[in-house]
Amino acid sequence: MRLNFSRRRFSQLLIASTVLSSLEELSPRIMKKALAETKDKQSGAVSSPHAYDLSINVNGKQHKLKIDSRVTLLDFLRENLNLTGTKKGCDLGQCGACTVHVNGRRIKSCLTLAVMHDGDQVTSIEGIASGDDLHPMQEAFIKHDGFQCGFCTPGQIMSAVALLKEPCGASDDDVRECMSGNLCRCGAYPNILAAIQEVRKGGKH
Amino acid sequence: MRPFTYAKPSQTSDASKSLKQSNSAIIAGGTNLLDLMKLDVNQPAHLIDINKIAELSQIKNNKGGLLVGALVKNSDLAHNKQVLENFPMLSQAILSGASAQVRNMASTAGNLLQRTRCYYFRNSTMPCNKRDPGSGCPAIDGYNRIHAILGTSDSCIATNPSDMAVALMALDAVIHIEGSGAKRSVPITKFYVLPGAHPEKETVLKDGEIITAVEIPQLAAAKHSRYLKIRDRKSFAFALVSVACALDVKNGVIKEARLALGGVGTIPWRCTEAEKILVGKPAKKETFKLAAEAAVKSAVTHKHNKFKVELCKRTIVKALSALENLA
Repeated sequence: MRLNFSRRRFSQLLIASTVLSSLEELSPRIMKKALAETKDKQSGAVSSPHAYDLSINVNGKQHKLKIDSRVTLLDFLRENLNLTGTKKGCDLGQCGACTVHVNGRRIKSCLTLAVMHDGDQVTSIEGIASGDDLHPMQEAFIKHDGFQCGFCTPGQIMSAVALLKEPCGASDDDVRECMSGNLCRCGAYPNILAAIQEVRKGGKH
Repeated sequence: MRPFTYAKPSQTSDASKSLKQSNSAIIAGGTNLLDLMKLDVNQPAHLIDINKIAELSQIKNNKGGLLVGALVKNSDLAHNKQVLENFPMLSQAILSGASAQVRNMASTAGNLLQRTRCYYFRNSTMPCNKRDPGSGCPAIDGYNRIHAILGTSDSCIATNPSDMAVALMALDAVIHIEGSGAKRSVPITKFYVLPGAHPEKETVLKDGEIITAVEIPQLAAAKHSRYLKIRDRKSFAFALVSVACALDVKNGVIKEARLALGGVGTIPWRCTEAEKILVGKPAKKETFKLAAEAAVKSAVTHKHNKFKVELCKRTIVKALSALENLA
């Protein structure tokens, strides 16, 4: 009897203590998660089991946050920083609408992860004007009507601005080749070419 | 994309150790891997970013040739002064691939390891022996216009898509590899593996091994070299046929010849038989035509890619003729 009682009592105690301890364990976890979500809402980061530290400079402004490993640089710019000038066209590196500059070079932001750019300097279309003064390439695109619907335009301009410092030949064909990573479904190519060549020849950059 | 862990080691040895985790992958430029991850063709659970390994980013002079670090960007290699002067076909090959933005991202080793553009391989809902061993090859009886005519098997007729690797084949480049605490080097002509019954195995790289550099040996003939690429669009398209060739001609006679093909082989294709035909013969169109015949002698065609045989022969003759100003 005594043994039975003890055993039953022991089991009850065991169950009770297990429930209690798991509750104790659970509550800080819930608290932490809630806290993390609040933090995430403030920084704009996504809550994730695979989140990593990211310190990145975008258009001269430093951002520090935790970010899911899967977030592309493109999605980071658009969704986390609300810099929606950079466009998502194909998301597979074929259209060039997502072109931005990383450490001074043009790349496709859809084919790279944000977390890979810890410590990098990124310039998007929002970052090339000086206050209200447009970049000469932006002005040239307006002057030459280098767009129709405008969706590819930020990518076209970012590529064109980078091209000014690249070893690209002088001819129209050279520019066409150097710009082949930016597609324009409206077919504004002749005007885009004219805008780029004007800026190159004018030396205003 | 499916969830994955991310690590950024600063030493090759650490990267190699991490790579031994099951289902892990190296990421450098990301232009091919992330594309395939979005398409659900690749599903790594662990990504190892090697961009912080400084020693992999350099181009060094090496006994009259070059030692190109695995992380050197395609654009940097293509515009390198030594490459432009001594290995023009390598620069031309790189610049004929992808777009300026992609070349600014893509790495040397990543270019060598890029996966085929076979539409069945890239469609994760289709069978594919390369992606899902033993599931079958829909390309063999399907639409196979872009597929290979050399080095094919009953399991796979997918084409290797690299332009750069074709030039490196012609240049007898050597791949430097590190893994499990050991280093080794493999000539590029022995680096790629024919599909045979196991098209999922594409190179001789073993688990945990990383390409650290590509050695380009000195080659006098390479100063006189050219890469000619034929494609559906003038720019930003993969090769239907491409030719990397170099000739050393003295008094009208060919002393040394290098010839490799892209867009037609399951691996970047070196034409040793054709080279033998060229050497010792006069540098003229008749010789080039004989070499072209030899280069496609073992071709096996399928329903939609028969045109590649003739296109290949003409491209070889055109590229060699242009080198000798015979066009």
